[in-house]
Amino acid sequence: MNKNSNIYQIIYAAVMVLIVGTVLAFIYMALKPKQDDNIANDKRKQILSAVHITPASDDAIEETFNKYIVAGYLLNKDGSIADSTENVAFEVEMKNNIKLDERDLPMFKCKLDDGSEKFIVPVYGAGLWGPIWGYVAVNDNGVDIYGAYFTHEGETPGLGAEIANPKFQDQFKDKKIYPDGEFKSISVMKAGQKPTDGSEYVDAISGGTITSRGVQSMLQDCMTPYDPFFRKLQSGTY
Amino acid sequence: MLSKRNKEAFFNPLSKDNPVLVQILGICSTLAVTAKLEPAIVMGISVIAVMAISNVVISLLRKTIPTTIRIIVQLVVVAALVIIVQQILRAYAYDVSLQLSVFIGLIITNCILMGRLEAFALSNKPWPAFLDGIGNGLGYMIILVIVAFFRELLGSGTLFGFQVIPQWCYDHGYMNNGLMILPPMALITVGCIIWVHRSRNKELQEK
Repeated sequence: MNKNSNIYQIIYAAVMVLIVGTVLAFIYMALKPKQDDNIANDKRKQILSAVHITPASDDAIEETFNKYIVAGYLLNKDGSIADSTENVAFEVEMKNNIKLDERDLPMFKCKLDDGSEKFIVPVYGAGLWGPIWGYVAVNDNGVDIYGAYFTHEGETPGLGAEIANPKFQDQFKDKKIYPDGEFKSISVMKAGQKPTDGSEYVDAISGGTITSRGVQSMLQDCMTPYDPFFRKLQSGTY
Repeated sequence: MLSKRNKEAFFNPLSKDNPVLVQILGICSTLAVTAKLEPAIVMGISVIAVMAISNVVISLLRKTIPTTIRIIVQLVVVAALVIIVQQILRAYAYDVSLQLSVFIGLIITNCILMGRLEAFALSNKPWPAFLDGIGNGLGYMIILVIVAFFRELLGSGTLFGFQVIPQWCYDHGYMNNGLMILPPMALITVGCIIWVHRSRNKELQEK
């Protein structure tokens, strides 16, 4: 058989691609359920991180989540509850939910061991190389932040990726989003600088300027639509 | 099993014929994944796995592959293996797969793979090809670990994410060298390693 004839080459390439394609499709199908579980559990872990809860083990994630996150809602633009069916907030994919005027507003209600209630909202934005996202927990007074969690898809390790570092995230604790009665998102500023609009601020990551700016605009974009809801919390009419 | 030739296929890439230091292959990923030790090690292990298996597969197919499309065949085999590694990591080591994100995909573009497939697997039997794959993967991983060690230590003051430079050093004015985290310092670190390596192996020095 002539290995360099055109027919041999074409058949060789076709058969090879068929075999490889079949194998890959099979592996994908076989591993998909396991991967989906991992993704859902990872999301639960991220939401819990916003309220400083770490599940004891990987097997306990779902149990811990169900224990502390007592409800999930979709909110209306005026801050009232639009949908409270089970899992409705959990199933919102933030990456398909970025259009400002028609986005769903998911919110998780969390009840801690000491009985206090925290309200967790998801945030989603752009870093330097890809998407960044996270969850911000607000106290039941609707004014200050209880905790924040951020992560990313592919920011530079050691630089932008440091937004996933608890040291960065802990800075957000107790920052006020209503410093003077008006909603002002938290600013992420170079050390030594201060925002001009009087908003509260945290230190940016040195060497991760674009990612830090991404966090700032992500908070601004994603928290602003919740303004009516936070005001309801403040006035106690929630 | 371990004839002199097979031993050479395995041990030469570790030092005398190191893919990074001597063949100057795989430099791109050496710069990308060595800011921290952990991703460097997982990357090294993944490359060893992909190298060994793809070397064996290509070596088994070597008599059937038409020479005109051999590069494409090699690419398809490597790409398929890399996707499998990625899927398995996602299913069984989800946290690690998140950390490595794009880097696993970058194994496809690792020149060591194509270089070894072309230079060795296409003209050798599966067993030597397997040893050659493991040897070259290990040679690559050793360099990654050395570079990552210095970059993480000097750049972040940590090893495997644990703080190793004590707080009092910082109190007395020591600062992490942010430049170490950036790719150019990886290149310079690799340069220094090559310098040390050449000065210890005189026969490698160019006249």
